[in-house]
Amino acid sequence: MSEPVTGITTPIRMEYRYTPGRTTSDFLKAMKGGRMEGRRCPSCRKVYFPARGGCSMCGREFAETVPIKETGTLATFAVVNVNFANRVIDLPYVTAEVVFDGADTTTMVLLRGVSPEEVRMGMRVKAHWIPKEEWDYSLANIDYVEPIDEPDAEYDSYKDLV
Amino acid sequence: MSGKLAAVLGTGQTKHVSARKDVSIAGLVREAADRALADAQLEWKDIDAVVVGKAPDMFEGVMMPELYLAEALGALGKPMFRVHTAGSVGGSTAVVASHLVQGGIHERVLTVAFEKQSESNAMWALSIRIPFSQPLVAGAGGYFAPIVRGYIRKSGAPLDTGYKVVLKDRLNALKNPFAHVHDHEITYEKIAESPLLWDPIRYAETCPSSDGAAAMVIGSEAAAAKQDRPVAWIHGTSVKSEPTMGAGRDRVNPHAGRMCAQEVYKEAGITDPFRQIDCAEIYVPFSWFEPMWMENLGFAEEGTGWKMVQDGTTSLTGEMPINMSGGVLSTNPIGASGMIRFLEAANQVRGMAGEHQVPDAKVAMGHAYGGGSQFFAMWVVGSEKPTS
Amino acid sequence: MRDVAIVSFAQHSQRREDTRNEVEMLIPVIREALEPIGLTSQDMGFTVSGSTDYLAGQAFAFVQALDAVGPWPPISESHVEMDGAFALYEAWVRLQSGDIDTALVYSFGKSSPGDVARVLALQLEPYLLGPLWPDAVSLAALQARALLDSGKATEKDLARVVSRSRKNAQANPYAQLKGDIDEAALLDEPLYADPLRKHDVPPVSDGAAVLILAAGDRARELSSNPVWIRGIDHRIDIQSPGSRDLTVSPSTTLAAKKAGVPKDPDIAELHAPFSSQELILIEALGLDETRTSINPSGGALAANAVMVAGLQRFGEAFNRINKGDARNAVVHATSGPCLQQNLVAVLEGSN
Ligand SMILES: [Zn+2]
Repeated sequence: MSEPVTGITTPIRMEYRYTPGRTTSDFLKAMKGGRMEGRRCPSCRKVYFPARGGCSMCGREFAETVPIKETGTLATFAVVNVNFANRVIDLPYVTAEVVFDGADTTTMVLLRGVSPEEVRMGMRVKAHWIPKEEWDYSLANIDYVEPIDEPDAEYDSYKDLV
Repeated sequence: MSGKLAAVLGTGQTKHVSARKDVSIAGLVREAADRALADAQLEWKDIDAVVVGKAPDMFEGVMMPELYLAEALGALGKPMFRVHTAGSVGGSTAVVASHLVQGGIHERVLTVAFEKQSESNAMWALSIRIPFSQPLVAGAGGYFAPIVRGYIRKSGAPLDTGYKVVLKDRLNALKNPFAHVHDHEITYEKIAESPLLWDPIRYAETCPSSDGAAAMVIGSEAAAAKQDRPVAWIHGTSVKSEPTMGAGRDRVNPHAGRMCAQEVYKEAGITDPFRQIDCAEIYVPFSWFEPMWMENLGFAEEGTGWKMVQDGTTSLTGEMPINMSGGVLSTNPIGASGMIRFLEAANQVRGMAGEHQVPDAKVAMGHAYGGGSQFFAMWVVGSEKPTS
Repeated sequence: MRDVAIVSFAQHSQRREDTRNEVEMLIPVIREALEPIGLTSQDMGFTVSGSTDYLAGQAFAFVQALDAVGPWPPISESHVEMDGAFALYEAWVRLQSGDIDTALVYSFGKSSPGDVARVLALQLEPYLLGPLWPDAVSLAALQARALLDSGKATEKDLARVVSRSRKNAQANPYAQLKGDIDEAALLDEPLYADPLRKHDVPPVSDGAAVLILAAGDRARELSSNPVWIRGIDHRIDIQSPGSRDLTVSPSTTLAAKKAGVPKDPDIAELHAPFSSQELILIEALGLDETRTSINPSGGALAANAVMVAGLQRFGEAFNRINKGDARNAVVHATSGPCLQQNLVAVLEGSN
């Protein structure tokens, strides 16, 4: 008897043209210009960074643009020791959830400039941008965050964002 | 209890493995469905409708695969329905099927959930790069590890709590012939020494990637009365959702999970879940979610769930056995994982759980969650008809 | 069965939407559906949506769309990977249990980001048929050819369907394609996917639709003329186009029988993306074109936001009955290649 067929490969190639949406477009334009912009919900007053289509807690469009600082607090983090097919970074690396000053949400960014053993919740960090000539319509303009010489934030100040 | 009475008449699942190369997707779901029908001692003609659930279609590369599966699932000329609520889908699919009976629409509904991850590349499907989205995603572990760290910080739990969860679940899996991971050599030390993939989560503390399917037949009170074998009465069901990225959302102890538990307990007439529920199958894809969910479900006070792991309360012989089947940590066909929890809970109260049976289990809970800990589905089943 | 009615409907204009994303499309539409009845999304007993990941080209696309509801505090919510009409079915089932009185149903779909005819080919059985990539238009053309060859319809019949759709759509501000075009002019157009011409094929539309359901007295409180769902059912046929007679739709006929479609309803809103399919559905539902107004909105030939177009049929029928322009309607939604799966409902006004 011949061998059974246990699998066939059928490559699927699809192309999509994504629409970021109005708020995200404005957000990306600001990023291209080197500015971090958050959006405030008119209902709960919380500031989202990066901006989304609307406040997901209230189902409302954002009204107001709020400048976000490049400094922030590391709310929580993971030390990653495994790479994925489409992403090659030297291991280990630290993914940080940072509350940038002025925002009420966390942003996941790479943390550099500190060895993984020394990373702690509450560390103060600052955004490090890729070279200005490479700035694009992208959150990836922020290459990583790195520690700054400031005392750690009080746990109570960020614990609701952990 | 809302609506009419409904009960699980039969259950079936495949032996879960990393790649079922011997069957197509249709063959896989058919296997689980055939077993559920056999267990219920019913035939295809007895089924009024079919409800299918699975996680993202990109995991197999087939869009809305239930259309093609209608034939294999005996649904031609019948209503065929498809649910997708992220990781909770196996649970929410069972809830949709229950409502078809509780709402008086059908007498007997077949519900099936599956994932055949080997057909495509799930990790790829999860990391399609959308140009303007947050660039840093290191798989599900990359998302959940910071939340686990948050739990450890908030609760002060010893770092080996997660190891003990895995050890318990993998030992339980040895009593479950359908479980994917059967590691006879597992020890505490091996878990503690396994690579730290996403610190604080070690490799041994993560779920496998499985091919598998699960199926149940849910029937009305009249249909249950005709059964020779024990049935599992549905005492309560609930689904709850909240936003992923809402500002100020608690991801360690999500509000939606707490609400979902309160609602299902209320419907089932449960006021003291720890005392009144005999055992539970809960969705734990990373070890630390067991203590987190113990608190979220109200089995433990906030910040103390880890103690129930450390003192053996959640072991198979403990006061509140959790994941007697080995859980998601031993078997994870994503779309089916929630339904397996619901199914195992049903089998416990039917007294048909086999070697991992909790003696004299009368009331059991099935739990599933998905997304960024934002979608929840639960049910409470019992060996007796609900009285409330 | 518990009496359940539609009490409100709102929709996003069905055209290509290049600036708003799905959440931004939905937020105003959800508000527009809730405001007239004085409720918020938090007042809903159940919320359910219909959409599909492959249209958006990303896994879990529905997750972000939920933001538009503002599900906080958490809500009872579910999602079907089906047209929004099936989400409405789930809401109707959920309301039968008797413990809740209201439900919000929404659906969204942007057909424009990808090549929708190729995307839909991914619905096919993946081992033998799928790898051949027969796109949705080609499959519909096969079906249309079978219909013409059976002698049940002619090319002129196809043109009549399109002409009616374009003319009816002139009164629909949300429609994408509309105009006063006669059959002869349509027949002069070149063939596109023989025997279909471009106008026999639906436009590529982006859209969103929201309906509010309420049960019994709650419906009467919320609307002066709630539109009752008198019957609803759905059935599925075998998928393989080679294994069935493509000129008929047995699942539609069966669903219509179960739903109790009355003789000569005032209007019929049929989810027929291709002109040939409208003819098959009219026969399957036993409709008489001289006694029932077919697709007064223009139907899916005038606007076809995939995953929304079925739910939209409910909304269009609701609008007409609610305003008193019609007493009752048969509503239909389809899914899968060549009318594989079909849902049929009967709607009726209170007055
Ligand atoms: Zn808000």
